[in-house]
Amino acid sequence: MPDNVVMESVDLGGGRPSGSGGALGNGGRGDNYSGAASVPQRTYVTGMMIALGGILMFFMALVSAWIVRKGFPNSDWQPLGIPRVLWLNTLILAASSLALTRSRRCLLAGRDDEFRHWWGVTTILGVFFVAGQLLAWRQLVARGVLLATNSSSSFFYVFTAAHGLHLLGGIAALLVVAFRPPRRLTLDTATEVVAMYWHFMGGLWLCLFVLLLVGK
Amino acid sequence: MARRERGSATGPLLLALLLTLLVLATVYAFAAHLYPAPPPITSDAVLVDRQYNLTLYVTGAVFILAQLGLAYAVLRFRDRGQRARFTRGNIAMEILWSSATVFTFVGLAILGRNAWAEVRFTPPASDAIQVEVTTNQFVYTFRYPGADGKFGMLDSTLVNAPAGNPLGLDPNDPAGKDDIVVPTLTVPVNRPVELLLRSQDVVHNFFVRELRLQQDAVPGMVIPVHFTANQIGKYEIVCTQLCGLGHSRMYSILNVVSQFDYESFLKRQAAGQ
Amino acid sequence: MSAASRLEHAPREAPKGFIRCYVFGTDHKVIGLQYFFLALAAVTIGIILSLLMRFHLVWPMAHLPFVAGGIMTPEQYLALVTMHGTIMVFFVLTTAPQSAFGNYFLPIQIGAPDMAFPRLNMLSFWLTLTAFLLMLAAFVVPGGAPISGWTAYPPLSGLGEIAGPGEGIGQSIWVISILVFCFGSLLGSINFISTTIDMRAPGMTLMRMPLTVWAWFVTAILSLLAFAVLLAGGILLVLDRSAGTSFFLPAGLVVNGEPLAHGGGSPLLWQHLFWFFGHPEVYIAILPGMGVVSHILANFSRKPVFGYRAMALALCAIGFMGFLVWGHHMFVSGMNPYSGLAFSVLTMSIGVPSAIKTFNWLGTLWGGKIQFRSPMLFAIGFVSFFVTGGLSGIFLAQPAVDTMLHATYYVVGHFHIVMGVAAIFGIFAATYYWFPKMFGRKMDETLGKLHFWLTFVGVYCIFMPMHFVGVAGGIRRYADSTGANYLAALQPLHRFMTFAAFITAAAQLIFFYNFFRSLRKGERASANPWNATTLEWITSSPPPPDNFGGHYPSVYREPYEYSVPGAHQDFLPQNLAPEDLPRANEEPRNA
Repeated sequence: MPDNVVMESVDLGGGRPSGSGGALGNGGRGDNYSGAASVPQRTYVTGMMIALGGILMFFMALVSAWIVRKGFPNSDWQPLGIPRVLWLNTLILAASSLALTRSRRCLLAGRDDEFRHWWGVTTILGVFFVAGQLLAWRQLVARGVLLATNSSSSFFYVFTAAHGLHLLGGIAALLVVAFRPPRRLTLDTATEVVAMYWHFMGGLWLCLFVLLLVGK
Repeated sequence: MARRERGSATGPLLLALLLTLLVLATVYAFAAHLYPAPPPITSDAVLVDRQYNLTLYVTGAVFILAQLGLAYAVLRFRDRGQRARFTRGNIAMEILWSSATVFTFVGLAILGRNAWAEVRFTPPASDAIQVEVTTNQFVYTFRYPGADGKFGMLDSTLVNAPAGNPLGLDPNDPAGKDDIVVPTLTVPVNRPVELLLRSQDVVHNFFVRELRLQQDAVPGMVIPVHFTANQIGKYEIVCTQLCGLGHSRMYSILNVVSQFDYESFLKRQAAGQ
Repeated sequence: MSAASRLEHAPREAPKGFIRCYVFGTDHKVIGLQYFFLALAAVTIGIILSLLMRFHLVWPMAHLPFVAGGIMTPEQYLALVTMHGTIMVFFVLTTAPQSAFGNYFLPIQIGAPDMAFPRLNMLSFWLTLTAFLLMLAAFVVPGGAPISGWTAYPPLSGLGEIAGPGEGIGQSIWVISILVFCFGSLLGSINFISTTIDMRAPGMTLMRMPLTVWAWFVTAILSLLAFAVLLAGGILLVLDRSAGTSFFLPAGLVVNGEPLAHGGGSPLLWQHLFWFFGHPEVYIAILPGMGVVSHILANFSRKPVFGYRAMALALCAIGFMGFLVWGHHMFVSGMNPYSGLAFSVLTMSIGVPSAIKTFNWLGTLWGGKIQFRSPMLFAIGFVSFFVTGGLSGIFLAQPAVDTMLHATYYVVGHFHIVMGVAAIFGIFAATYYWFPKMFGRKMDETLGKLHFWLTFVGVYCIFMPMHFVGVAGGIRRYADSTGANYLAALQPLHRFMTFAAFITAAAQLIFFYNFFRSLRKGERASANPWNATTLEWITSSPPPPDNFGGHYPSVYREPYEYSVPGAHQDFLPQNLAPEDLPRANEEPRNA
């Protein structure tokens, strides 16, 4: 027998290929992928995880730029007074995540009306969050702190704008699932991926907020 | 199927020949020093050259072996109706050549440390002559501190090259009154020189081939480099960092002169002020 | 039995109508071809730009008919430099190996009917095409194309028009184009990664994936992480240019005698962000080529890839380490010199998995039964160029040596040999190899070989002399030799390179002729003209819309089972079940 020939047992199983990802809990995975023309439901979850990886990298680039800039020697870094409404916004966003979790639990338990109710609450809280961020901007502008005023203000606006735009995307997704859910995904999968995205945005905001507070 | 398996030898022969020619031409071109770098004029530059040559020998050996190995393989194992030798690999060989590679590359990196450290980690001697180098689109301006040994303050809002103040020297600062501002760099031989690189507008660079030394000049920073030239002569300074439409025309001269000539230079400049 | 484990499904129909099928198609094969032709257009433009550059370097005072004023100005030369680099790196080297061939063949090679998210895939292409059109628009806007190189270092790229011609609208459009390209790439990566993770055929474990799939998979991960960072940096640059911020612009700037009121940004910050993207980017350009080369070397040596597991791991190692070495572009930038040493050690280390791959390619050839077809010639050529280009990188990886070679033609020679030659040879190899599958016809073999010989010699003639120009002190991005006096002595080398460039470019016409003629008049190809083992060869040429006509395969063995002792033929397709293997004198069942 030639060197290094490994006689592997043949995997004839019609089920999931081994080594695939998606170790994210269970619940309504849909078909095992076995060559059927439809995309398995777990693929959407995988896709969302990967997308979140890219988004995380994007924000990490911005944050590292901020850290570097702050750390310049002889720095003319002028710390920014964080508008107090941001505390309220953070609470609102946290509450929206709780509402979303509640909503999904209702869906999984079959309580459709409550699912829709809490889904709506999440959406409204999300809108309030964005409104609150805009209010924070207005307060800063009133103080004379604009995008180009100094480095710390530039970063503040960039952080909040980038996060806010992503959150608007999340709100759009919430609305789409509510009114025109995509046909290829089961409602369970659709709500699962939106929830992943929403919680990620909440966690991201928390990190950014803490950074802005601590980094004065 | 057996008849079609046999290919002609022209292709493999030609390929092997071209690879061999490649090796011969490359070895010749390097060995004949057809377009060499100019001779080094500092001991640090000699270290750089040594590291370059060491790298050349090591990579050259690998280059020759690999390209000739490829030539041999395509010739020897061309389809002559034989059966291919089935193998999935050889762990022992993998370990062997991976270790050899690690050893070689890391070894080179370690050996190269000194040439870098001498210039970058070791500060210049305390009696080094300081010259400030200011770059902008598309000229070099050199400033000596003058008799008081102190550089005058600069103010970017005072920059006015047509009026004779290209660096923005603050007229209210007495330390700047004796600063010497010239378009070429004159230094004495065998004396340590520290250059303080600055830029007024975009990223430029200071490169002298004979020093084997280059450094970007970044606006907002003052970046020191040092050298001790051991040979009198005129050497060209060029900008290697793309700085705009005049990039290829941005150059100056490094004038390494005797100690006597250097002092004359300083006196002439001071008298002219 | 195997028939039962293969799922039957009604074959998918292609959408009707040219527009729905080929313009707004979501079929990954259509999208792959769209990317391919985009890259083909881009490389044509890129080559023309480079010929103009090489011409100018030898005859700077020549009157050119299409240039306003007759003689090319330095800023026009720099615009050529910038656009040549940008178009080649983004729209050829990031597009063809990954987005074109990857889109076409990844799903087929893993036995899937399409990518995971076909409509997202279509959107990715449209974003990339939009980016390309925006990039081309930079040529025709007032002020012309930017002059800051594909690297766009601020302050030169961040100051607007006062920094130079082309730095106004041209630079702005350039940055917007890049941002749009980033989005296209990011969305494409999501597709590639999800598809590879979740849509493999039964039996296709990670260790049974073809190395092309491994390469596309790792490249997609690199893309996802690297383009996200470029996106961030690009947005900050846009803000500096148009919103008065100072992320990259320091205080105290004086441009053309005018002091500017910026506040303490750092040009080095851009360099860090850019190269954190930029170094993985060059691995994005080369990794798919490495996968294709492994694939083709095995096929035409009639042997398994030597050390398949090591090859897969090496791809992952190169990908991972590619994120740790960006500082080697910044040794003389003003970065902390101690960081320089750290980056140097890491960069030398990345040579190890690269060397492993090279040894294993030689090992694949060794003891083989080598068939010299066009795809194989280009694959072998790739190995030669990767050795040369990789070794020249060793010089640049050491900061002390880099100090004399940084920004000289040595660097230009190095990166052209690895990217402008090796990666391109990977694209050529893939094209010749997969042309029969994509179009159902064969390319002409004689023309293919002629193309190879001329190109192989030609590109060595163009790019080897660059190393000597560099060692002698020839500086890159120089429009002419009117500055330092020592540059004149290098003109003979430039002349030689220019002649070689024109001849080699002309030789590419053979490829174009062969390609387009074979599309219509090439000899018809069977399903498996190369007697290959991987899944793309079990389906028709070209494949049906759902890739397998409803009969999705299961996978029973490794991807490169060539010349297995005791087998009935010298290749075992991945989908051939063990119970379908013929005994000694039988014909194979269900082959």
